[in-house]
Amino acid sequence: MEWEIVIGLEIHVQLSTQSKIFSGSATRFGAEPNSQASLVDLAMPGTLPVFNEGALRKAVAFGLAIDADIGKRSVFDRKNYFYPDSPKGYQITQMDHPIVGKGEVDIVLDDGSHRTIGVTRAHLEEDAGKSLHEDFEGMSGIDLNRAGTPLLEIVSEPELRNAKEAVAYLRKIHSIVTYIGISDGNMAEGSMRCDANVSVRPKGTTELGTRTEIKNVNSFRFVEKAINVEVQRHIDVIEDGGNIVQETRLYDADKNETRSMRSKEFANDYRYFPEPDLLPVEIDDAYVQAVADQLPELPDAKIARFQNDYGLSDYDATVLAASRAMADYFEAVVKICGDAKLAANWCQGELAALLNRDEVDVADSPVSAEHLGQLIQRIQDNTVSNKLAKQVFEGIAAGEGSADEVIEKRGLKQVTDTGAIEAMIDEVIAANPEQVEQYRSGKDKVFGFFVGQVMKASKGQANPGQVNQLLKDKLAG
Amino acid sequence: MEHKTLKQLSDGLAAGEFSSVELTRHFLDRIAADTDTNAYITVTEESALASAAAADEARAKGEAGALSGVPIAHKDIFCTEGVRTSCGSKMLDNFIAPYESTVTERFKTAGTVTLGKANLDEFAMGSSTESSFYGPTRNPWNRDTVPGGSSGGSAAAVAAGLAAAATGTDTGGSIRQPAAFCNLTGLKPTYGRVSRWGMIAFGSSLDCGGPLTRTAEDAAMMLNVMAGFDAKDTTSMDVPVEDYCANLDKPLNGLRVGLPKEYFGDGLNDGIRAAVMAAVKELESQGAVVQEISLPRTELSIPAYYIIAPAEASTNLSRYDGVRYGHRCDDPVDLEDMYKRTRSEGFGDEVQRRILVGTYALSAGYYDAYYRKAQQLRRLIKDDYQRAFEDVDVILGPTTPSPAWNLGEKSGDPVSMYLEDIYTLSVNLAGLPGLALPCGQVDGLPVGLQLIGNYFDESRLLNIGHRFQQATDWHTKTPA
Repeated sequence: MEWEIVIGLEIHVQLSTQSKIFSGSATRFGAEPNSQASLVDLAMPGTLPVFNEGALRKAVAFGLAIDADIGKRSVFDRKNYFYPDSPKGYQITQMDHPIVGKGEVDIVLDDGSHRTIGVTRAHLEEDAGKSLHEDFEGMSGIDLNRAGTPLLEIVSEPELRNAKEAVAYLRKIHSIVTYIGISDGNMAEGSMRCDANVSVRPKGTTELGTRTEIKNVNSFRFVEKAINVEVQRHIDVIEDGGNIVQETRLYDADKNETRSMRSKEFANDYRYFPEPDLLPVEIDDAYVQAVADQLPELPDAKIARFQNDYGLSDYDATVLAASRAMADYFEAVVKICGDAKLAANWCQGELAALLNRDEVDVADSPVSAEHLGQLIQRIQDNTVSNKLAKQVFEGIAAGEGSADEVIEKRGLKQVTDTGAIEAMIDEVIAANPEQVEQYRSGKDKVFGFFVGQVMKASKGQANPGQVNQLLKDKLAG
Repeated sequence: MEHKTLKQLSDGLAAGEFSSVELTRHFLDRIAADTDTNAYITVTEESALASAAAADEARAKGEAGALSGVPIAHKDIFCTEGVRTSCGSKMLDNFIAPYESTVTERFKTAGTVTLGKANLDEFAMGSSTESSFYGPTRNPWNRDTVPGGSSGGSAAAVAAGLAAAATGTDTGGSIRQPAAFCNLTGLKPTYGRVSRWGMIAFGSSLDCGGPLTRTAEDAAMMLNVMAGFDAKDTTSMDVPVEDYCANLDKPLNGLRVGLPKEYFGDGLNDGIRAAVMAAVKELESQGAVVQEISLPRTELSIPAYYIIAPAEASTNLSRYDGVRYGHRCDDPVDLEDMYKRTRSEGFGDEVQRRILVGTYALSAGYYDAYYRKAQQLRRLIKDDYQRAFEDVDVILGPTTPSPAWNLGEKSGDPVSMYLEDIYTLSVNLAGLPGLALPCGQVDGLPVGLQLIGNYFDESRLLNIGHRFQQATDWHTKTPA
């Protein structure tokens, strides 16, 4: 039987506010355990939450970025459950009245086609702390630094049809939240976490199959693998005549399999009810407009502009605009060198390879946009050949200085002096009488050999165009 | 000395008739000599004398305010930094608060002296102060009866001359009812008038701090310190604070007083009915115009309240899990065992009963039938009041249907105790201010009337209370 896959994602985005969503504690990652836990975060008796308006602004910005309905009156609720890293015994979240309602995002698939994916809602909530199960001799430690960190939970419609689409959607959300600066999007530090709801159904049917939820998959790669392996499990179970049990599962990256979490953990009745310690959040059109006015250019608009203004292909524009930092870098390079095509090639070629190799973000690139722009200028004015420019790039990356400095230090300047090139050609001709004879008797192929010899003699620095022309003249005798 | 009003003590201190240290010493001696009231959980003798000395020093420099150097008690529900804050529970018996509540902070700034932390029903859940882990408080008027609750320790302390005034909290009558039982003036302000920061939560949407004093004038002086917006409590309201002492003497000519017929029905003790009607006569003689009104949903306030308050309490008390502070059971075998035994050992019967009721009311499948219904009733009750306030300025009735009952009389029958809150609950559900005033005695036990005002109309309530007390002497009576 042919199966259709149905996937919905719940993405938790940590909002990059200075302080927590309901207390004044800092939200810095990696601090000493409990050094960023205030009276409120510790749920001391008598303490009360105060809503951080910065989190509201960021949530509204996201809503605007996905063209969603903004909740003019959103309400916080308590989600009740006992766990040591949940200090109040409930999480403050939003249930019936989220800050962001229905919206949508556009994703680009591998074949270049576009799909629109619906976003059901996005709501504000607080993160939990962490349980530490090592080093305490039979006891568990609790670190409440993360407790109260603002999260935006973004829930997609079950409209994703395979793991690749899910990853494309996740990347798009990542791109949006980092573009508008509401999150650092750092998946390794948990700034973006993803739960995937997966089910399958016979192709052509409309009723949803029983779903399972894969919890906390924290990299793009694992999302794809986890979904694929879970989808296959669903199909195997059903084709063997079994039934899928609705449950929460964990992905084990080492074994590339999902396994059931203890059923006790999700058999909870959360007893949601409106949080009496916080008033409903009311915002007006002016507030929303003020946030809209502050929004930067969004990815889709930037892609369109890159195509129109720079003549880039849809593919090039999409790749370059995927991250705001890369897009900004690219535009800075173009501004210096004036050649968008060359700039795009270098950004996607040498630069991307370097960043990938060193695992650094473009913002921390060892080759600055200014350096790359100048390097391209040196290609344009024939100071270096395209080929040698790659060596210059390596030199810049290694910290040897600007393009000009590396060219100078490494002696990579292109030789364009006709006399100098002629002298090298004369030497090569004199040293290879046999090949000269062959060429002159009609064996054109040998020409390549002479070009190679001259370039070798010039250590690659002779201008190839000139070498070609002068060689032809000399060999013609 | 111990039965003087705050105003008299304040004037005496200002006139140099006695020092704050002398006054504080006097109260501390009386507390030490008292053997059976059990009004205090913790007496803070050392810090009381230190702040009394500081108040005397400030006064010498001409920096004393109205309440500077006056010794008062705080209900042990307000967090006080460095001092045990137990909330009347074994759960918090070892809890030394690491911070100061806004209310107690404001009193500190005003220079008052804190004698100690007053007894209360565990987590303020009760109407008799019998559910405290620290044992019941006795009513100074008759040691066999309850002082009311949950602010029973505060009320008994003031009535017995063990404090000049006290703070309390009122979730369903917990200031007004003990005030009535102990012959005191008790004010429950408008919800949002007094900050809840540092006031241990019972029912968050209902809880309200306020004063228990001998007179309406004293209550005004206390409210002047307590009232005001607090950025740490976003449910507190940014409404300007009046000088509550400014209008106390205003004549009552033309004051429109409504008597809700539902407050004078079958359940009301005849002696209380007569006392309240006599008070009405007094107000009429001062020019008030009285009319009967109707608050048809009064009876529904009991089921609405006993869903909403336990529902909120059930989750407010989830934080007492033995993980970070407070009681933790010995040698838990695992997490679940720790939760179960910690909470079974740490909470008393009434608290556990309300957690169970509240948890049930919020459970999937029951939420609509209970919690949502109760919220609808709450809106209807508010509507009743708003309609009434179109015709009258204040509403007047009894504070309680009967005078103080005997210790142990109702502790086996929670529902009969819940029914005693019939006249006070709806005020909390509506978020309105209510003022209890002594207005008579029944079989040697004090009884009180209750004035209910519109939102932020505390000034008017205190004005009426003061005018009434200028013409009557019930409030001056003290227990034998």
